[in-house]
Amino acid sequence: MNKPIETLAPWLFTIGLFVVWELACRLFNVSSIILPAPSEIFAAMGRYASPLLKNSFVTLWTTMAGFLMAVAFGLLLGLFVGWSRTIYRGLYPVMIGFNSIPKVAVVPILVMWFGIGEVPAILTAFLISFFPIVVNVATGLATIEPELEDVLRALGASKLDVMRKVGIPRAMPYFFGSLKVAITLAFVGAVVSETIAANAGLGHLMTQAGSNFQMPLVFAGLLALAVEGIGMYAVTAWLEGRMTGWAFRSQQSAGG
Amino acid sequence: MIQLDDVSLAYAGRTGPVLALDGTSISVAKGEFAAVVGPSGCGKSTLMKLVTGLVKPTSGNVFVNGEPVRGPVKLAGMAFQNANLLPWRTVIDNLMLPLEIVEPYRSSFRTKKAEYRARAESLLETVGLQGFGDRFPWELSGGMQQRASLCRSLIHEPALLMLDEPFAALDAFTREELWCVLRDVWQRLNFTVVLVTHDLREAAFLADTVHVMSARPGRIIETRKVDFPRPRSIDVCYEPAFSELVLALRNKIAEVRQA
Repeated sequence: MNKPIETLAPWLFTIGLFVVWELACRLFNVSSIILPAPSEIFAAMGRYASPLLKNSFVTLWTTMAGFLMAVAFGLLLGLFVGWSRTIYRGLYPVMIGFNSIPKVAVVPILVMWFGIGEVPAILTAFLISFFPIVVNVATGLATIEPELEDVLRALGASKLDVMRKVGIPRAMPYFFGSLKVAITLAFVGAVVSETIAANAGLGHLMTQAGSNFQMPLVFAGLLALAVEGIGMYAVTAWLEGRMTGWAFRSQQSAGG
Repeated sequence: MIQLDDVSLAYAGRTGPVLALDGTSISVAKGEFAAVVGPSGCGKSTLMKLVTGLVKPTSGNVFVNGEPVRGPVKLAGMAFQNANLLPWRTVIDNLMLPLEIVEPYRSSFRTKKAEYRARAESLLETVGLQGFGDRFPWELSGGMQQRASLCRSLIHEPALLMLDEPFAALDAFTREELWCVLRDVWQRLNFTVVLVTHDLREAAFLADTVHVMSARPGRIIETRKVDFPRPRSIDVCYEPAFSELVLALRNKIAEVRQA
């Protein structure tokens, strides 16, 4: 039903949002220091295209670097934690404790260690985003059907065999599902760190613009963040669908 | 083939140790089709795990093939109430899973893959699944999945097949159909079968020997030979002697449930 409308809907809503925003700003005569109208924001984007692009790129690469570290580390730790119930039980509280520390609080420490720059941003992105990957991979491994494990063990399969043939493939939908969450978090981590202490990146750009009362530029930075965030989310979502399509199809398995 | 001598098994429950099996003795000859029936929760599945070496008895001895069981026996095929096929593998690849684990197939898996594939295909044919090898499990009905699961438990030509209520989740017609499939495969390959079931007709139709277990803690309280001539047709289920046997088994179980 109404297929074209459905595909167009996201665009229509986005454009509609900007139109309403623009109209509201003009109608109520909102000062551009408080809330700049989209037209001003787009104008600022045009004017400052070069610094915006440059800083967007910095944020993109710090996010990606932190995210890739989180993927590698999260996958390994997840496999380790999911390997046995004892490790799972022992490490889980530690990880929960670590995860409940707001990462903003860690940034000053990272700055003390590594100085102002890109390293704290990368590390913040990493620290904030590896947790969901670990938990998801470990959950995927820990929830192997016991009967299936019996089938394999009765054949003489080792723990490693069970993991390779069943555990790891089974954990993959969990893993790829967690990437969507992780990339968003990594992005948050990188920008938070840039806002506090950095000399490049969108967070830094926005803080600078804010202290100069260049509100259109601040909002242009926000828009750039949104676009980047959507882009990265889309890539991981696409990856998920492509790598583990079976998990979605098998849910809608028909009987008869 | 299988020998349990006075085997007891207790496991740690939430409120202290729970005795699942108490002094169970059973023996199954090579090539025999044995069925184990009993009230629910009587430790039938525990019995399966003991025989395959997945759990160790608290006391008593388990022998398979004349040797005491010390770890997983490595020669058993197993199938359960749920087909438990891997959804990311096609039916054929699911069937070949045991070959990737059990020796001698394991070491020659890469070189002889085509041969093994052909074997899997022919096994699928015997259960009426020809042409479904490249489908994914979720594209199959429950009965078809169960057939595939049965094939997976047989692909490495195990000397011992352990079935834990494999047909319990199926409708009556599919179930009877699969009884015949199992009967034919067993008669052709002549492995040893232990079938755990709730279904007395299933036990009586398929088995050479029916063992009745008591309520928990489980022990074998009666063993009955089933001597309907083989090959049995499904019509045997409608003969008076068959009904008598099923009734007798039923009464026995009703009796132990009371106790």
